[in-house]
Amino acid sequence: MKYLIISIFMSVWFNAAIAQKDILIKNGTLLTITDGVKEQTDILLSNGKIKSIGKDLAAPNAKIIDAEGMFVMPGIIDAHSHIAIDAVNEATNPVTAEVFVGDAIDPYDIAIYRALAGGVTISHAMHGSANAIGGQCETLKHRWGESNPKAFVMEDAPRTIKFALGENPMRVHGEGKDIAPRTRMGIEQEFRRSFEGAKRYKQAWASYHSGKTKKPPTYSLRMQTLADILDGKIIIHCHSYRADEILMLMNVLSDFGVNKIVFQHVNEGFKIAPELAEFGAHASVFSDWWAYKFEVYYSTAYNAAILSKNGVITSINSDDAGLIRHLYHEAAKTQRYGRLSDNEALKLITINPAIQLGIDDRVGSLETNKEADIAIFKNHPLSVYAIPQMTIVDGVIRFDINEDMDDMRMEINPEMMLPAFYEQNEGHEDKCMQGVHTDHHHNHHHSHSHHQH
Amino acid sequence: MKNLLFIIASCLSIVAHAQMVEKAQKGPFLLTNATIHTITNGLVEGDVLIEGDRIKQIGKNLSSDQATIIDCTGKHIYPGMIDGGTKLGLSEISAVSLTNDYNELGDFTPHMEALTAVNPNSVNIPVTRTNGVTTVLTKPSGGLFPGRAALIDLFGYTPQSMYAGFKGQILQYPSTGRRGRWDRRKDDEIKKDAEKAQKKLNDFWNKCKTYAAIDSASAANGGSIEQYNPQLQAMTNVLRNEEKLMIRVNKKEDILSAIKFINEQSIDAVLVGVVEGWRVADSLVKYNIPVITGPILALPSRDSDRYDAAYTNAGKLHKAGVLVAIQTNENENVRNLPFNAAFAANYGMGVDAAMEAITINAAKIFGLEDELGSIEEGKRANLFVSDGDPFETKTQISHLFIAGFKIPMENRHTLLNDEFLERFPSNH
Repeated sequence: MKYLIISIFMSVWFNAAIAQKDILIKNGTLLTITDGVKEQTDILLSNGKIKSIGKDLAAPNAKIIDAEGMFVMPGIIDAHSHIAIDAVNEATNPVTAEVFVGDAIDPYDIAIYRALAGGVTISHAMHGSANAIGGQCETLKHRWGESNPKAFVMEDAPRTIKFALGENPMRVHGEGKDIAPRTRMGIEQEFRRSFEGAKRYKQAWASYHSGKTKKPPTYSLRMQTLADILDGKIIIHCHSYRADEILMLMNVLSDFGVNKIVFQHVNEGFKIAPELAEFGAHASVFSDWWAYKFEVYYSTAYNAAILSKNGVITSINSDDAGLIRHLYHEAAKTQRYGRLSDNEALKLITINPAIQLGIDDRVGSLETNKEADIAIFKNHPLSVYAIPQMTIVDGVIRFDINEDMDDMRMEINPEMMLPAFYEQNEGHEDKCMQGVHTDHHHNHHHSHSHHQH
Repeated sequence: MKNLLFIIASCLSIVAHAQMVEKAQKGPFLLTNATIHTITNGLVEGDVLIEGDRIKQIGKNLSSDQATIIDCTGKHIYPGMIDGGTKLGLSEISAVSLTNDYNELGDFTPHMEALTAVNPNSVNIPVTRTNGVTTVLTKPSGGLFPGRAALIDLFGYTPQSMYAGFKGQILQYPSTGRRGRWDRRKDDEIKKDAEKAQKKLNDFWNKCKTYAAIDSASAANGGSIEQYNPQLQAMTNVLRNEEKLMIRVNKKEDILSAIKFINEQSIDAVLVGVVEGWRVADSLVKYNIPVITGPILALPSRDSDRYDAAYTNAGKLHKAGVLVAIQTNENENVRNLPFNAAFAANYGMGVDAAMEAITINAAKIFGLEDELGSIEEGKRANLFVSDGDPFETKTQISHLFIAGFKIPMENRHTLLNDEFLERFPSNH
């Protein structure tokens, strides 16, 4: 009964929040990203889009938000996240191109709301890094309050897929299962074998469609997905750290005529910035994570700045439900480590990740006709004293520091009004290994003996 | 030909220069015309004279014949920041198990000394100190009594020369919470495990008491205890209130239980972590128990808590009247201590109180308020020079002094930047 009352209360509350009304944000300092900084300027949101930007705009029926003294920027975009999904790794084979993160969206994950409270409106929900070729990923809009998983999908966003190099696939398959790949040599061959197979799969279907062969080939979602990569229909987002393995994948992709690639984490990207720039590869990096495993021991927090200054389109990502809440602060670290300008730093969490996800024509800057994804800050978002005030997705207020309750859960178990307490995890590691049974999290002594195999 | 020789000579000198390793320098140093953030005596415009390992003098228009003068016009001087809890020096690469020295086998290893395993040459140390963190508590973890933590300055070539004057025994108090989201134990299993751990703690504690009593009696008779036990021996200082017990505890009920334990056993304790301290701030104030809380840049520990619960905890405790210091609980990123403090400042604590938390408050908790934590004459010269507020993300730190040594501002991250920002050759 209690559960029912709470459910009704929550749904009424959210329906009120979701009722579409034009919003006029008055007199803010607009950080447009693509068109400079506009002081004392208004921005009108209508039908989920930015309708106009200018001084002294009038909209008689709009909800007015006074942003005097506030900073208004495009919603922050995280190009690497694992929030809002129930499953991360299909760690059963070095190649699992057929699986799809979009099948595992969890609309009740409180991490979505917490990300909104950090100004983040879009996250790229990624498959994990257990496999050389992992599953397909989903670009999500943080429409917190919806209960249908599909409501979180960013409509018509380009398809993306997770690849992974280095220690994680080597550990899961080579060390963990005694099958290839156990080395970075073995990982290269996973890609070559897969793409050669996909070429033949494509030829077989082409031959059937042209009437040359009468019997259709056996359909395989895995092979079809790989064929779609060869056809440039899917953007590769590749978990990677070391310079040599990144060069390897660029060589493989060159051989198969593939060029849409964003290297993720890419801690040693700075060592091969000229090669990345020449290939047209993008980089999505941590601001300062390093040394938690051997392949990130030779890292530098200047990575994002070095890549940017060498002409590589770069973003800063979170990979983490905690970090995603202060990406604005992570972007600012490129000013301590590399002295990037305000706009260069802000691009790392707005238009650049949008480019990497293929959605830069729709989001990532304050421009008329773009989608109304907005974050409003007290104090400049690159200042350590910034406080997110309000976050708007498609013209709907999804976070409001002054109006929201403390407890913003959507799904409340009546027996757990005060839900479980979680001790803090100590130390960092990439979160791409969730759901892989290496015992790593569970017991240190077990994991140690495991590593010695 | 002459030109060629000149070019060759220039190249050789560049090579020679590039291979020079910068070393620490010994003073005296005179830092002039700075804004001095003393912490304990407000803002002072003037000079700081460093002699030996001490802050010799603070004032206007100071002079010194031997001192190297460093012009700090337009710059700021702050005392070195102190992290109340890290693994620095005890772990190099967390995923490489043989580089981890913080977790000895067994639940009762109070005889383990963190200082023994501090690697003075850890790559993580220069990366940390160049952000203005000069001093950290480095501590063992795992089990109930993982060992004795040690306060270290982040410069020195031996653990002993880094030792900064405080050691404390760690107790990881039995938790009734979940270890993380992956912890799938049933509620009654968690309860049973916690009860088991509590019983183990009580049994061990009683043994410690008996042992300490026998040890005292033996000493009074001029002898030493017959059945020497290194674990129990290591606990005697705590039982005699000669050493602080640092109790790591986070969940509300566990904090209350730990406070009860402290009072029943009348021990000198500080609570560490204290994630849900804000739920029991009145008890902490009532019993005058100091707290080292953090990390601040963390998630709330319950799904129902407000999104900023971890940001606001330190401020709530401070406002209630608790003596608060801050820890990152980090290893390779202890350099983020000022940002942790800044988030606490921004979410209720205020900038001055947050700065005190990572300087003088930490010094007070470690019993070193006459030695560390502020810019005062006679204190150890642990300080840094910055071009602005060290909490602010873009601020640059230009000079660093630890125990009077001027420390190079290089670290792995800056050196890689120097080499690769404009790589040569860029196509080879």
